Amino acid sequence: MSAGREAILGAIRRSLKRGPDDRTAKAAVAQRLSGHPRGLVPARSQIPPDAQVDLFVAQATEQSATVHRVADRESVPAAVVAYLKAENLPAAVRMAPDPALEALPWDGQALLEVARGPAVESDQVSVTAAHSAVAETGTLVLHSAATAPTTLNFLPETHIVVLEAAAVVGAYEDVWDRLRAARGAALLPRTVNFITGPSRSADIEQTLQLGAHGPRRLHIILVDHGETSHQGR
Amino acid sequence: MQSSASDFKNNARRAVDDPQLRKALDHVKTGFIDKRAKAVAKLPEFEALRDQSRDIKDHTLAHLDLYLEHYEQKVLEAGGQVHWCATAEDARATILEICRQAGATSVTKGKTMIGEEIGINAHLEANGITPVETDLGEYIIQLRGETPSHIIAPAVHVTKDLVEADFRAHHKHLPADRPLSEPRQLLGEARQVLRQKFLEAEVGITGANFLVAETGSSIIVTNEGNGDLTQILPKVHIVIASLEKIVPSLEDATTILRVLARSATGQEFSTYTTLSTGPKRPEDLDGPEEYHVVLLDNGRSRMLGTEFQDVLRCIRCGACMNHCPVYHAIGGHAYGWVYPGPIGAVLTPGLIGVEEAGHLPNASTFCGRCEAVCPVKIPLPKMMRHWREREFERHLSPLAVRGGLKIWTFFVRRPALYHFAAGLKMRALAALGRRKGRFKRLPFASGWTAYRDFPAPQGRTFQQLWAKQLRAKRGRP
Repeated sequence: MSAGREAILGAIRRSLKRGPDDRTAKAAVAQRLSGHPRGLVPARSQIPPDAQVDLFVAQATEQSATVHRVADRESVPAAVVAYLKAENLPAAVRMAPDPALEALPWDGQALLEVARGPAVESDQVSVTAAHSAVAETGTLVLHSAATAPTTLNFLPETHIVVLEAAAVVGAYEDVWDRLRAARGAALLPRTVNFITGPSRSADIEQTLQLGAHGPRRLHIILVDHGETSHQGR
Repeated sequence: MQSSASDFKNNARRAVDDPQLRKALDHVKTGFIDKRAKAVAKLPEFEALRDQSRDIKDHTLAHLDLYLEHYEQKVLEAGGQVHWCATAEDARATILEICRQAGATSVTKGKTMIGEEIGINAHLEANGITPVETDLGEYIIQLRGETPSHIIAPAVHVTKDLVEADFRAHHKHLPADRPLSEPRQLLGEARQVLRQKFLEAEVGITGANFLVAETGSSIIVTNEGNGDLTQILPKVHIVIASLEKIVPSLEDATTILRVLARSATGQEFSTYTTLSTGPKRPEDLDGPEEYHVVLLDNGRSRMLGTEFQDVLRCIRCGACMNHCPVYHAIGGHAYGWVYPGPIGAVLTPGLIGVEEAGHLPNASTFCGRCEAVCPVKIPLPKMMRHWREREFERHLSPLAVRGGLKIWTFFVRRPALYHFAAGLKMRALAALGRRKGRFKRLPFASGWTAYRDFPAPQGRTFQQLWAKQLRAKRGRP
């Protein structure tokens, strides 16, 4: 379809009345792409880290996610089991094969069945770790990796996300900076998910219903003092 | 998609006479407007973000060729492919070929207006491939054999009772006596029925809210999660997007995302904002093996550099139609093509010709609400005027309109005569209408009086009253 390519680019240049090698235009584009300047970042999230974590909790809750704060990582498995019990869900989860999650004391929860890998149709509950979270709108950020299959974020009816308080940032732009810092010139992961509350639809008479095609429940276990706290601040 | 825009007047008349549609449209008039107003009130920076979003789009359009080239290079680096399609026909052929290569018999679809524009569903069906819409609203109208009547709420014209009837008629494998009167039950049934379709499809087709030149990513913004299942479960992911979806950087996409959901549904942020960059990586445990972007022009490059360039800033939020009194009265189908409301009135003549769609820019009260709420500040009323001028220049307007304008022009170019004639007319109408205060019928005004009375003037023209008020002001100490 390279004929199409030349036809379209040619038509654009005729309309813009300039050739393909306009130096000023090229310089403007190169500068914008390498500098990627930030636009206006709303003031609401430009607050101290502790307040950002509180803002994240308030915003996520408003978007119908549930948040359980625990003091340390060791408390996560018990918090998962307690949540499943409270919601009357089976004691079986599909967990992302993430070393940080594997390191948690799951052995202490004898009745909990933990499977690993991408989601399959029959999975009811998934457990994943968040890359980061955005206080501005209570948004979780997860991305695909060998340790993080994307299907876990969408197929099961209940999605449990483990989030370190230190991974909460103010604005979306902070996430881009973190990804760039961690990956350098490498590509973005195949999939980056910004998730704000559980799945929903208002397509029938504009009446909001939770649980469309993605998870009906989004439960966040927020670890207040993880090992990585105060990194990247 | 076939257009019936040239039949706008009959379409509109039928729509106004449809009680079911009137009931459905009540939800637009209140819900969308209130929710947007609340979301805007919660963000003091909203106005400034509108300006920035407009500027990002203007900058991008002025450098569109260069950003597209960079974007393509990034997609290739990520292992994906870009297919440049000048016309809808090219795009249909390209998509069909990808589906055939994948041996596809069924294709799941996330919501895409470009898909509607190129008529991809009919084309796939005609070639033995079953397209399955997975957005709840799109699924409903696919069952009904209809097209979307709103760009973000495609089934806004369908009431709950109709959805129940459609589900009962199509989901015959489910028990006939199941309860299905609540939106919650309808949603649950759609989830259950579509889950199997997601798992079976060989190809998933989505649209894109943005294409990011910096990273070669496509971004979709959804609430249901259907778009995500569509683009991670099948082995091939096809993105259909038009040229103007491109933005320079992740930061630029972010700024526009801050105004998008607020303008569209009144949410602070949609539930799912997802970036896809290329196919799955070797180490990934799931995701598609192929990633194709079908990049569609279909008349857009022609609009660049003209007085209609600004319409290419549109981010398809639907705020203009949500706030439009004409849309509230007739809904989306009457517009006769893919894009209804004020944006349709401006975009449609640009894409399919003013000969076909010349009625649309005339269907406006010029109240200006569309421009006032547009997140990228497209001057929609001004553009509708441009189209009216073009229609007039090309002698497409009806004889009565041209004749009337000629007579009016004669008088308005002679101010003294105009004031004299207008004054005479006002006095005459005032004298004739004094008893009832209104007219049921008036010569040359049947277009007005067929539907409502014409109020009788008080005897003076606006200019006379204005001059009197000025004199009174000056007379004061």
